Amino acid sequence: MTTIDLGTIRRLVSVTVDDVEHRVPEGATIMDVLDGAGCDTPRLCQAPNLTPVNACRVCVVEVEGSRPLVPSCARRVEDGMVVRTDTERVAHSRRMVLELLESANDMSQAGDDVARWSVEYGADPERYGPPGPPAAAGERGNRHPGHHAEPDGETRATVAQPVTVDNDLYVRDYARCILCYKCVEACGTDAQNTFAIAVAGRGFDATISTEFAVPLPDSACVYCGNCIGVCPTGALKSVAEHERREAGIWDPDDETVTSTICSFCGVGCTLELHVQHNTIVNVTSPHDHSVTHGHLCIKGRFGFQHVQNL
Amino acid sequence: MFGAGGGTSAYQEVEETDLVILWGSNARDTHPIYFHHVLKGLHNGAELYVVDPRRTSSAKWATGHLALDVGTDIALAHAMGRVILDEGLENRAFIERATTGIDEYRAAVEPWTLARAQEVTGVDAALIRDTALAYATADRAQLCWTLGITEHHNAVDNVRALIDLALLTGHVGRWGSGVVPLRGQNNVQGGGDMGSIPNKLPGGYDVEDEVERARFERVWGAPIPPRKGLHLSQMFESMERGEIRAVYCVGENPAESEADVAHARKLLTGLDHLVVQDIFRTATAELADVVLPSCADWCEYEGTVTSSERRVQRVRKAIDPPGLARPDTHIICDLATRLGHDWGAPTAEQVWDELRSVSLNWHAGMSYARLTELGGLQWPCPSEDHPGTPTMHTRLWERDPAARGKPAPFAGVEHAGPLDVLTAEFPLRLTTVRTLDSYNSGVQTGGYSSPLRRDEALCIDPADAEALGIADGERVRVVSRRGAVEAPIRFDGAARPGLAFITPHFSEQVDVNLITNEAWDPQSGTSEFKATAIRIEPLPPRQESLVADAERQERDVPDVRVPVAGS
Repeated sequence: MTTIDLGTIRRLVSVTVDDVEHRVPEGATIMDVLDGAGCDTPRLCQAPNLTPVNACRVCVVEVEGSRPLVPSCARRVEDGMVVRTDTERVAHSRRMVLELLESANDMSQAGDDVARWSVEYGADPERYGPPGPPAAAGERGNRHPGHHAEPDGETRATVAQPVTVDNDLYVRDYARCILCYKCVEACGTDAQNTFAIAVAGRGFDATISTEFAVPLPDSACVYCGNCIGVCPTGALKSVAEHERREAGIWDPDDETVTSTICSFCGVGCTLELHVQHNTIVNVTSPHDHSVTHGHLCIKGRFGFQHVQNL
Repeated sequence: MFGAGGGTSAYQEVEETDLVILWGSNARDTHPIYFHHVLKGLHNGAELYVVDPRRTSSAKWATGHLALDVGTDIALAHAMGRVILDEGLENRAFIERATTGIDEYRAAVEPWTLARAQEVTGVDAALIRDTALAYATADRAQLCWTLGITEHHNAVDNVRALIDLALLTGHVGRWGSGVVPLRGQNNVQGGGDMGSIPNKLPGGYDVEDEVERARFERVWGAPIPPRKGLHLSQMFESMERGEIRAVYCVGENPAESEADVAHARKLLTGLDHLVVQDIFRTATAELADVVLPSCADWCEYEGTVTSSERRVQRVRKAIDPPGLARPDTHIICDLATRLGHDWGAPTAEQVWDELRSVSLNWHAGMSYARLTELGGLQWPCPSEDHPGTPTMHTRLWERDPAARGKPAPFAGVEHAGPLDVLTAEFPLRLTTVRTLDSYNSGVQTGGYSSPLRRDEALCIDPADAEALGIADGERVRVVSRRGAVEAPIRFDGAARPGLAFITPHFSEQVDVNLITNEAWDPQSGTSEFKATAIRIEPLPPRQESLVADAERQERDVPDVRVPVAGS
């Protein structure tokens, strides 16, 4: 017989953040406390509907008694915990994370929050020199583990490479991929359980890949698009958005978001229709709805074309 | 069930249950986000049993896959019931307090020994027994079904046989224990709740209940016919007798979706007058005298839909409708005006509030403001301070007989196999199935480009093909007692010897409903789409065009994908 975790009675514990005491429920994360206190904590790999993976390290804080910095997204509070976010060590670490990501990745579609954090922490990717040459299409996905070319010392290494368009629904723009693992989690046990993608390779050669780097249509992918839904940098996006951006008609200023219910099966998934110039350009779902937890299937996310084929 | 047509459990319950049975449901493909909840349950330690003739993508997650022969569900359910009774694992206290008819049920299942059930269903007796014991001994269990149960000539009996299992074990009316029909369309639940079922008024009231009917008549200011109306299958019979001469068809495509569709098309064509109101120019619209273009209300107007957990949720306008298309309610109100009844021009919220004023138990407490704030509410929700009802029929567990109310009756139905029997002339069983990326007759999903989509094909087991001397990809003639269609053959690992399947999604490629059986369930009116007897004939000496066609098919159709765990 399975034992179901009905949840323990949640006591309040006392946590001190930057000298201010907070009373929070046991089991909350440090990030929950920081968010509740109104701190602007940067984050890239964290999402409320995914298990924390501690990949990006941009949310780190100091915890008294802990030698290394602590990822606030994953660490649960303990009574009497003393947290500091306002130290030079925290600021320096966050700056380095943002700076190194920006030096190697195209972060231009990572959103306003990332741009703001970058300025706030003084990230300066240019100090590593001009970007090195981009990789050829598919080349980074097929590098042999452990074989590295010596850097020339003049340019900064990047993950720049052409966009992968191998199907009619998504593009994979790996020049923007920061290896936050969110797509892997959404494809895996956190939502879809299809396991079509995983991290392949090691170190700077690591990439998100299908099995044996086969094209998406040859992989296990079922095109739910839940990887797109959680991608923080625009590395994964719909073909529709990609084509509009390429054509110079992507217009976020015109975008409205309307909440409605999917028109297909009887599960009743909440959809958020992103509309530009009377055209649906993307479909998402709110992470905090009990029906979807932010995740959809291929029909819900891409099956709207029947109201657009005029 | 037990007086309310809706699933008993919230989706979250399947995450916190001990055992899940998907019976005649391939939720992994047809209700993918419900299956996410199932997967959470499995990750929490629950076990899954799948009852399905095919080796589906859902079955790949199962502890036990009961691959029964099509249409033997009652035999299987009764054999499970008999095992549970023989082992003394029935929930006696629950049966005693909250049910009636256990003796009749005991008599109905008595003939269904494991040996006989194995012979009739084709499922290994030990697996039937294991499943029965697992269901009976689980602390909590969810029993879910879909069209594999309901698209049969005895659909209601099938459902009742499953509900009997839930009553026998007390797996209903408690958090984590319930029976869940997964609805095929986004508002099939809501449509029924609004009174489109011929024997119901909005809110689930019986149309033949004089007290309730009088209440509706007062609110509506008009008399209501005191007898129940006709369901779809009866309407077609009435057309055949020449009684129904005019049809107003809203958002339905019977000229493609009906079983034995050639017959349905003939009847629709023979009408004096056919009005079709739809968002598409469907095959049915092509037969119409008048076509009223309507909005896709889920994104071009306003309203509500109701899901498989009885959750009423709002739909909203995101884009402008095309051309002359108008909201359904506007068209209907204008039509009423032309017919001499001025209903004004109510907003969607005003229409909803009128419904709330008559649906006292289910919807009265669901204001638009609350639906918006709470992300939907689950009926019954009788007042504005009521939180809605995630789990239904908890009353059955009350100690106080008055609070417990009317007991739930066992049905004790009889098994009856598919009407389209297998014979030497028609030796293969054809069933219709749905794929992940397409939907029903395909008019909504044909518009988007899916990388998963493949050309339509009759999927069969290689062993059957070998016996017939047919190659993978070859075009054949598929013959039933109603008609014949041509289709390419595809070898598919989900089929098994004697079982073929095809989708209803691509009637422009293979008009499968030309051969399905229109025989319908007298209680629900649903046709037996799931069980057709067929034979496969090689095509006569191939003409050049067909050869070219077959070669094109071979080129375009990718190889059968290697099954990947969890795909």
